[in-house]
Amino acid sequence: MSKGKKIFQYVFLTIVSLISVFPMYWMACAATNASVDVIRGKLVPGTYIVENFKALIASQNLGAALFNSFKYSIVLTLLSLFVCSIAGYGFEIYHDKGKDFVMTVILLAMMVPFAATMIPLFQMISSAKLLNTTVAFILPTISTPFLIMMFRQSARSFPHEIIEAARLDGLSEFGIFCRMFFPTMRSTYAAAMTITFMNAWNNYLWPKVIMTNNDTLTMPMLVANLIEGYVTDYGMLMLGVLICTLPTVVIFFILQKSFAEGITGAVK
Amino acid sequence: MSAPKKKKMSLSKRHNLTGWAFLTPAAILIVVMSFVPMVRALILSFKTGIGANMKWAGIFNYQRMFQDKVFMQALKNNFLYLIIQVPVMLVLALILASMLNNKDLKFKGLFRTCIFLPCATSLVSYAIVFRTLFAMDGFVNMLLVKLHILDKGINWLANPGTARAVIIIALIWRWTGYNMVFYLSGLQNIDYSVYEAARIDGASPFQSFWKITVPLLKPTILLTTIMSTNGTLQLFDESVNLTNGGPSNATITMSHYIYNMSFKYTPNFGYAAAMSYLILILVAILALVQMKVGDKRE
Repeated sequence: MSKGKKIFQYVFLTIVSLISVFPMYWMACAATNASVDVIRGKLVPGTYIVENFKALIASQNLGAALFNSFKYSIVLTLLSLFVCSIAGYGFEIYHDKGKDFVMTVILLAMMVPFAATMIPLFQMISSAKLLNTTVAFILPTISTPFLIMMFRQSARSFPHEIIEAARLDGLSEFGIFCRMFFPTMRSTYAAAMTITFMNAWNNYLWPKVIMTNNDTLTMPMLVANLIEGYVTDYGMLMLGVLICTLPTVVIFFILQKSFAEGITGAVK
Repeated sequence: MSAPKKKKMSLSKRHNLTGWAFLTPAAILIVVMSFVPMVRALILSFKTGIGANMKWAGIFNYQRMFQDKVFMQALKNNFLYLIIQVPVMLVLALILASMLNNKDLKFKGLFRTCIFLPCATSLVSYAIVFRTLFAMDGFVNMLLVKLHILDKGINWLANPGTARAVIIIALIWRWTGYNMVFYLSGLQNIDYSVYEAARIDGASPFQSFWKITVPLLKPTILLTTIMSTNGTLQLFDESVNLTNGGPSNATITMSHYIYNMSFKYTPNFGYAAAMSYLILILVAILALVQMKVGDKRE
């Protein structure tokens, strides 16, 4: 490659990287500055974070929202990983015509937009008296075609010899899944965990439908509430946005490497 | 599992049953949480009324939909976002992925992390960040005025055209890195020596991009196209939090309008269900078309 093209490549990638990072950097700066400074366009972190935090907890139930978001997301992630991974494993390892057919039907569910199931789901949840509960939050998304497909794909690369050897050693089928498949597929689990946790944490439409009181709201709902009034305290607003973003960013950095590996397995 | 009673059952039959036991919870959940509501929404879409007081209405809801100016605007908006945002984003993601796949590139990890980072933000968060950046007294106006590109700030979110543009820019920002990761993973399955050979044969980087990268990545491109189409037709968070559908419904999306129809105004579940079925049909048709087109190029 010629030198000019090389330089162009670096310049292009640098610009795209800067644009990608800038809004988040700006958000972090704004969270630590007073609203006036944010409007003036101050681009360095300030010292106003404590005041912003006080304003935030004075106007919103931050503790409850954080606790709820973590509770809903963690419960959903654990259940979802278990249900979908064992299903994906079952579909691949014991596959036959019947199971392949069921898999095709499940994949069709991937095409169903949430808007088309939202109203009946709301009716079902509300007639079961489950509004404002963790169960209501997690039920629709415990089992997702995407995760099942991902685990089925990764089970394809799981050596059959291991299964045969484990069977000879007297391990039960469920034991093989727990003691052999689970530890070998760590990167798939990491990727699935990242995706599921982020989706759960970021979900906005469904909690907005089923969480009707102030004690059950989630972080994205809290942040959205901040812009409903006419007062625009940018510092406080961005601190709320920052707090809502931090957990997913942290998980993203911890699991980034295994996430990429897991996706690689899924795309193959 | 290995209780003596079960010994009568043949081994393969027992494995077969274990398989079913493993996948049944997931399958039942999908049936109850996706297919049952889907059927119920279809029935609902032929009814009209408020609350529990529903009457059969035939295709009234479907006729009403096409005379509803707001819904037609929402439909147009979704398609506008789809037609402009998805191709721009996917092409950009492909270009970035093939640049990052270069073995000699330095700081590869840093670039990849930076470009992927927007995916770590929640949809509500980034919508609000963009809303603030593009506000009348926001950073973008300030920057453009300082650089003497504009005399005075534009009220981005108050004009239909610029408000739609901001939504598209925000969507591209949020999702390009996500799609790029899929392409990067796909590219890892392509042996690097193929590119070396093409280079020795005198192929330009542009040629090897079109003749090697694109055809070999076809399944991944198809997957990302279907996912993005699906996502764009269901946009909700951005419409609610970036522009609140405004100015006067100029940027509202179908899902946003359906939400308003069901939970914000007097609930009209029948009509909302009919509108949601249009999304379902559109998603299905577009996915079919894309799969057909994707197969043809082979």
